[in-house]
Amino acid sequence: MSQTVNYFEVFGLPRTLGIDAGQLQAKFYELSRRYHPDFQQSAPPAEQERALTLSALVNTAYRTLRDPIARIEYLVRLEEGRDTREGSAVKPAAPPELLEEIFEVQEMLEDAKASGLDDEGRNRLAAERDRLVARCHQEEELLTGALAADWDEASPAGRPRVVAAFKAALATRAYLRTVIDDLEAALDPAGETDVTHHRH
Amino acid sequence: MSRIIGIDLGTTNSLVAYVDDTTGLPRIIPDERGRALLPSIVSFTPAGVLVGDDARRQLVRRPHSTVYSVKRLMGRSYEDVKDELRYLPFSVKPAEGIAKIQIEGREVTPPEISAIVLRALKERAEKHFGERLEKAVVTVPAYFNDSQRQATRDAGRIAGLDVVRIVNEPTAASLAYGLHRLYEGRIAVYDLGGGTFDVSILHVKGGVFEVLATNGDTHLGGDDFDRVIMLWLLEDIQARHHADLARTCVNLAEDPEVMQELRLAAEAAKVRLSSVERTTLTLPFANFTYHREITRADIERLIAPLVEKTLGPCRQALKDAGLTPSALDAVVLVGGSTRVPLVRRRVEELYGKTPKSQLDPDLVVALGAAVQAQILAGGITDMLLLDVTPLSLGIETLGGIVSVLITRNTTIPTSAREMFTTSVDGQTIVDLHVVQGERELAKDCRSLARFELSGIDPMPAGMPKIEVTFLIDANGILVVNAREQRSGKAASVEVRPTYGLVEADVERMIEDSFTYAEADVETRLLIETRNEAETVLTHVERAMRQGRELVSPEERAQIDAAVRALSEVRDTDDRERIHDCTIALNRATEHLAELMMDAALRAAVQSKRADEIMESS
Repeated sequence: MSQTVNYFEVFGLPRTLGIDAGQLQAKFYELSRRYHPDFQQSAPPAEQERALTLSALVNTAYRTLRDPIARIEYLVRLEEGRDTREGSAVKPAAPPELLEEIFEVQEMLEDAKASGLDDEGRNRLAAERDRLVARCHQEEELLTGALAADWDEASPAGRPRVVAAFKAALATRAYLRTVIDDLEAALDPAGETDVTHHRH
Repeated sequence: MSRIIGIDLGTTNSLVAYVDDTTGLPRIIPDERGRALLPSIVSFTPAGVLVGDDARRQLVRRPHSTVYSVKRLMGRSYEDVKDELRYLPFSVKPAEGIAKIQIEGREVTPPEISAIVLRALKERAEKHFGERLEKAVVTVPAYFNDSQRQATRDAGRIAGLDVVRIVNEPTAASLAYGLHRLYEGRIAVYDLGGGTFDVSILHVKGGVFEVLATNGDTHLGGDDFDRVIMLWLLEDIQARHHADLARTCVNLAEDPEVMQELRLAAEAAKVRLSSVERTTLTLPFANFTYHREITRADIERLIAPLVEKTLGPCRQALKDAGLTPSALDAVVLVGGSTRVPLVRRRVEELYGKTPKSQLDPDLVVALGAAVQAQILAGGITDMLLLDVTPLSLGIETLGGIVSVLITRNTTIPTSAREMFTTSVDGQTIVDLHVVQGERELAKDCRSLARFELSGIDPMPAGMPKIEVTFLIDANGILVVNAREQRSGKAASVEVRPTYGLVEADVERMIEDSFTYAEADVETRLLIETRNEAETVLTHVERAMRQGRELVSPEERAQIDAAVRALSEVRDTDDRERIHDCTIALNRATEHLAELMMDAALRAAVQSKRADEIMESS
């Protein structure tokens, strides 16, 4: 196995999104037994070095592929020939049908920042958060359900169209998550210091 | 593969263990008196350096030069620890970013103190196996950051040990439990030791130990319990014996010996009250005696806020693992402080499950370290351990914002690549500031190190493409590599650890420790030999007073000559000669000893007869 293979290749998988979690885990354990530094102690230093790099690659690949959303983000980067290190492949974009609603939320947040939250304001923000969380789940279901199936069935010529659909859905999701995070921070100021809270 | 030992380097006690080749089970190596625990205490005395129970006995006698709980200072800055220093009787000063201990004008770093404990364990194991040992697995709290792990590895090197793996304490405990096949499924390990707290959530199945999440507090443990109890006792004594204290003008809080005694009394009371409901405490002072009853409820009221502090990390770890309490199959307790009933109760309430501790919470981490050592030695092949990094790793970017490269709870080893470039034409050096923590601003995170990438060819700003790889190895320690992509040339990376020892410091300490170690052994042997000579001389002098007449004048002259010979050399530094003269004196008095024994026996028989006569009359 070389360092330049992609995460799908690491696990001997085709570039498809329908991945069985149990099989992925079994393969992960098998690869870990082969490359984990614990089993390389008596190998020559160069071999240990190589195994260490591969072990790190196996871990990152597993972390990415086991999460259905991260798996799609990675696929998009791979298809577009971008640098595949972790990071967002899309710029957040607001869903058009929610533009007005989100504008209102931003105003409420500004007010809350300026004059604090009363019970009514708190309830309104919480209700708004719940609505956006539901909308976010909807986008995730679209990504991991219908769109993922589209990808697995698409002909090579049809793939760019699915990638574009992935990007649009990922952009909406990224936008919604930012607003949700802002709402959570306003509702629970103590939790705002935790930057890794919502990351994948 | 040579033998690898497993070491639990604890805040209060340390242990060494190995896996028995015939049974395949881990075993603790006790000292020559059968004691498993080596108190992690080091005392600097005029006769030499003492460690363990010998050092513990110096706590009250030599509070300024007896160091305990040094694990709390490992890899720490002076700023980190300065608030608790006033409770420590030994002096700690800031030096080059880290906290150093002042012992009679000499500066000693925390890794050097730990190295003395590690060396004692190494020697204990070497005596047990009758062979030289060089490799060890050493455990650390799971929530230890990079600096604290580096400091632990440095301690190993100073002690002449190659630390082949640093393993997290709760993970080690789970390996010990796993070897006994006690639990499968999702397990929470709650580990509250003398100075640190960890919680880890693991998935254990078919020999695979996968850590899902970990959290903790590297500054919370039994020491903190002792401290609040001690301060409460101090206040109580000052209130009840106000008049007595005023008469002698004694300020208890200023007296390190008194404070040390109070700390030990607090610890002893805590331990007793873990098994009984009430106990009485008696502390003699110069002009009064403090006497009172303490109940378990008293202690629980004092430590409740501290126990509460452990629950936040427990909830966060569970959340990070994506689990609810009901999804856990078992909760396991590790660390001596989990003997405290309040701790067990709160853990049970939090998880809704009775926590288990079938394996001794004081020994289980060392047993697990031995299991990990055996895996590394190739002796166990069916266990796979997948641990995580406890803290997010990032670099400081413009405006002091942290850009996260590796998030917490990522399985290790793991790596991240990042591209860097220059901002000024002809720039040949790029500085990176690496931090660890969960906060958004670099200043709120733990600064790990500054890396200087140099050897970049002068180019217009923004042209060089330097790819930097941040790798966290299986020990949870960061390794950084850099390469300029255009030229393919490796850029040189110079590391300036923020709170650690630079390579040159460690090298010097290793050298120092060798010279100290040899001198120490030599001194100890000389003292032992002198003591032996002293004992023999005392015996012979008494024997000659009692039995002088039993031997011939020639023999008497021989004995007197041997006594003179030994008396002349016993205070010199010539160990060999003292030893030879002692043996010569022993030999010269063998006959006398026999004659005296006979005489004693005869006397006994005669007195018995006298008794019999008396009885029959």
